[in-house]
Amino acid sequence: MTSTEEETYKILVVDDEPDLEPLMLQRMRRHIRAGRYQFVFAQNGIEALQKLNEDDTIDMVLSDINMPQMDGLTLLDQIPKVDPNIRSVIISAYGDMKNIRTAMNRGAFDFVTKPVDFEDLEVTIDRTLRHMAEWRDALQSRDKLVALQNELDVATGMQQSILPTKFPQNPAYEVFGKMQPARNVGGDFFDVIMLSNGQVGLAVADVSDKGVPAALFMMSSRTLLKGAAIGHGRPDEVLQEVNDLLLEDNEGGMFVTVLYAVYNPATRELTYSSGGHNSPLLVHADGTSTLLPLTDGVALGIVSGIPYGQNSVTLSPGDTVVLYTDGVTEAMNADEEEFGLDPLMERFKGIPPIDPEETTAAVFDAVNAFAGETPQSDDITCLVLHCREGSS
Amino acid sequence: MEVETERQGDTLIAKTDGRVDGANAREFQTALESSIDSNDVAVLLDMEKLSYISSAGLRVILLMAKVLQGRNAKFAICSLSASIREVFEISGFDKIISIHPSQAEALAAFKN
Repeated sequence: MTSTEEETYKILVVDDEPDLEPLMLQRMRRHIRAGRYQFVFAQNGIEALQKLNEDDTIDMVLSDINMPQMDGLTLLDQIPKVDPNIRSVIISAYGDMKNIRTAMNRGAFDFVTKPVDFEDLEVTIDRTLRHMAEWRDALQSRDKLVALQNELDVATGMQQSILPTKFPQNPAYEVFGKMQPARNVGGDFFDVIMLSNGQVGLAVADVSDKGVPAALFMMSSRTLLKGAAIGHGRPDEVLQEVNDLLLEDNEGGMFVTVLYAVYNPATRELTYSSGGHNSPLLVHADGTSTLLPLTDGVALGIVSGIPYGQNSVTLSPGDTVVLYTDGVTEAMNADEEEFGLDPLMERFKGIPPIDPEETTAAVFDAVNAFAGETPQSDDITCLVLHCREGSS
Repeated sequence: MEVETERQGDTLIAKTDGRVDGANAREFQTALESSIDSNDVAVLLDMEKLSYISSAGLRVILLMAKVLQGRNAKFAICSLSASIREVFEISGFDKIISIHPSQAEALAAFKN
C-alpha cells in the first residue's frame, strides 16, 4: 500500500465548534508538513456540501453529528450523491449507540468518540484512508474485469486494512496481535477496543467465507462489534447485539465466530463470551496452562434470540491469555495431523510467556514449524494479553 | 472429498468423505445441491468418513439446512467422529442442527 505514503489525502472536517480547527491543525501538523494530509473545514452540513461540490479532490469527511442548519446524519445521506467513493467518519458522544448505528446504516465507515483522542483519531484516519485506497483498487480491478484471484487479493487487502497496528501502552497490561492470511481462503480479524474506566475489549473472529462479499461482511462485523463493545459492558450482551444486527441483512448465509473478552486492569478480571469460537488459553507465570471453559453461544449471523453465555476469571500478575482462531489449532502437517493446543502448552511450560509480541511470534513459529511444507489452508490469528507482574 | 448418495423412500442419504475446507466448499455445495431432489422430504448427511470440516464447510451445511427448512423438508447429520463433533460443538451448530449417532437413529427420528 505504498500509494497511501505517496499521495496527499484531503480531509474535510465538519464541526460547529470553532476550537476544533486550530486543534486539528496543531495535532496533525507532522502529517500536514510531510504532505500526507491536507485539511479543509466546514461549520455545518450545508457548508460541507458546498465544499464537496466545489472541490472534487476531497477524499474523506470527518463530521460531528449535532450541528446547526444541517446535522451530520443528514450530511451522511447527501455525501454519496456528490461522490460515492468518499469515506466518512463520525464524531459522536461516548456510548451514543443510537446515533452511531444510524450513522453506520447511512454508510459511515467508522466513528470516534468525544472527547476526541487524537492518537485514536490518527489511527482511524489512517485505517479509513488505507481502506479507501483498497476500495479504489477494487473498483479499478472490477473495471478491468479481472479474474477471481485478483478479487481475492482485493479481499485480502481489505482484511489487512481493518487490523489494529498500534496497541495500548499500559503499566498494568500489554497486548499484541497478529494475523497471517492464507493464500486463498479465510476471513480472520482481531480488534483491541479501548473502553470506559480503563477497561480494554479484545476480539478475535473468523468469517465463514472468502472473497469480496465475505470481506465486506467482515468489515461490518468489525464495525458493529466495536460499536456494541462501546455501548455495552457485558461481552454476552455485545455478542447478542452484533448477532441481531448481522441478521438484519444477511442474505448470503455468512456467519462469523467471535471470542470477545473485556479485561479490567483494576480488578484483573477477564470476562469473555464465545459466539461459536474456540476458548482462550490461560497461561500462568509458572508456565502451566488452562483451557478456559467454553461458554454457550452460536456463531453470529445465523439465528436470532439464542442467548450467549459468559464467564469470568481473575488473572494473577504474570498471567497471559492467548486468544486464537482455528487456523492455529487446525493447522495441518504432511501426515494430516492437527496442531491442536498441546504443542503450545508444552512450549510455555519450558518458557513461560512474558512479552505478548514474543509470545505471538512463538505461536506462529510453532505452527509454521509444525506445518512444514504443507500449505496454510486457513488464516492464522493470535491475540495475546499479558498481566504485568507488580500490577495491583 | 466425494459425495455419494442413495435414496430410501423419499429420504436422501448423502455420504461425504475426506476434507471439506475453503478450497472445495463450493464443490461440496454444488454436489449436494445437484443431488437433492425437490421431492425429497428428508435429507440425511452421513459424516462417518469425513476427516475434517472448516467453517466454509459449515456454511454450506447451514445454507442446505435453510433451503430445506424453507420448504418444510427435514434435515439431519449423523455418525460424526469426535473431532468433527467438536467442531459442531464449538461453533454452536449442535444447537441448530439435529445430530444423531448413527444412520439408523437419524432415519428413525425422521419418522417421528
